[in-house]
Amino acid sequence: MALIKLQNICINAISAAVPKQTFYTKDYTYISEQERLMFIKNVGIEQRRVAPFHITASDLCYYSALRLLEELNWEKESIDALIFVTQSPDYFIPASSIILQHRLGLSKNTIAFDINLGCSGYVYGLYVLGSLLQSGQIKRGILLAGDKSTISVCLKDKSTYPLFGDAGSATALSYDESASPIYFHLQSDGSGEDAIKIPHGGSRYHIQPDTFDEVEIEPGIIRSKRHLQLLGADIFNFALREVSPNVDKLLAFSGTDKESIDYFVFHQANFFMNESVRKKMKIPAEKVPYSIQKFGNTSSASIPLTIVTNLREQLIFPKKLLLSGFGVGFSWASCVFTTSPSLKISGLIEID
Amino acid sequence: MDIQEFIQRLENEFEDLPKGTLKPDTNYRDIPNWSSMHALIIIAFADDQFNVELTASDLRNANTIQDLYDVIKSKMQS
Repeated sequence: MALIKLQNICINAISAAVPKQTFYTKDYTYISEQERLMFIKNVGIEQRRVAPFHITASDLCYYSALRLLEELNWEKESIDALIFVTQSPDYFIPASSIILQHRLGLSKNTIAFDINLGCSGYVYGLYVLGSLLQSGQIKRGILLAGDKSTISVCLKDKSTYPLFGDAGSATALSYDESASPIYFHLQSDGSGEDAIKIPHGGSRYHIQPDTFDEVEIEPGIIRSKRHLQLLGADIFNFALREVSPNVDKLLAFSGTDKESIDYFVFHQANFFMNESVRKKMKIPAEKVPYSIQKFGNTSSASIPLTIVTNLREQLIFPKKLLLSGFGVGFSWASCVFTTSPSLKISGLIEID
Repeated sequence: MDIQEFIQRLENEFEDLPKGTLKPDTNYRDIPNWSSMHALIIIAFADDQFNVELTASDLRNANTIQDLYDVIKSKMQS
């Protein structure tokens, strides 16, 4: 069972970047005004950031990483590892993290690779990078997490189009023997592969004669097999079924009282879904920050983006945080730790 | 819990729905302005009030409020 304690890992800084371009749900006239109001009220998204053609997820992460290095005053040569969690890489090959190693001016001694995860990816990324550093043989690493999800959705699919925003993030980790432990609980269930999927374009179904044909699935849901599909009921049941026991086992494993957690930062999936999970777990609303209203579902960037936009002042002093990501795969993971007194949270970066 | 109580509790989940709108033989997809969001509300209702997981196929196979009541009831017993 993937219940893990990592020691000697300090989270030093977190930054996030979004495109300036803003799309408002009220302007999504493909659906009726009534539907737009209901969407804003229930799914919770009033606006979201959409990257124009020339900005990719790697660009948003690049600017986040630059800010991070600047704020920490870390020499570029001191970075030993660069991990990029993304499902919208710049190219099929090579991995975007390697391009970013060069672009950021990091040394050729840098370990660099991508991880293909979405909603759960930030917590998985913290675990992987933390594990690399834990031996103490390398000292500093940067975790990038972000997606340009808006390229994958069809305007004529009301079940996906108004949901996603683009964002990137960077998180600095280091080997530090004075750091408090980070506890993780990581899980996966590939039986849910169809729930969130882009069916064509990979090697199972590369470009087929029908790949780009737009098909009506039901009224208001038209898309091709190169577009993202979401099976809302399946995802919702998955979240209701799995998140609460995952967190409960993590709390038991780490010996943490639920009441002692200052903030629960969840992946920003859908306001109604997140609130259902929160109520099921009996967590007070004031402990659960949201960024979904202004940024939509931002995939693996949602947890750091929520921290940057909601908890900057609160984290000046150490706080106990529980982070939990859940979704595409299905894949889900949580971690709990006390933040460092020197944790630096950058102001949100906007790129145009 | 009988079907009338079930209907009362379900109607409470939909803020804009006048009480007494739903009948046992109402097709639940005829709830005014039905959308996939309503399906999530019904799933959350089943989970929260009856500790029952209502799957996508349960919803597909059900048409009326009575059907929803029956499937939830049968899952509560199993």
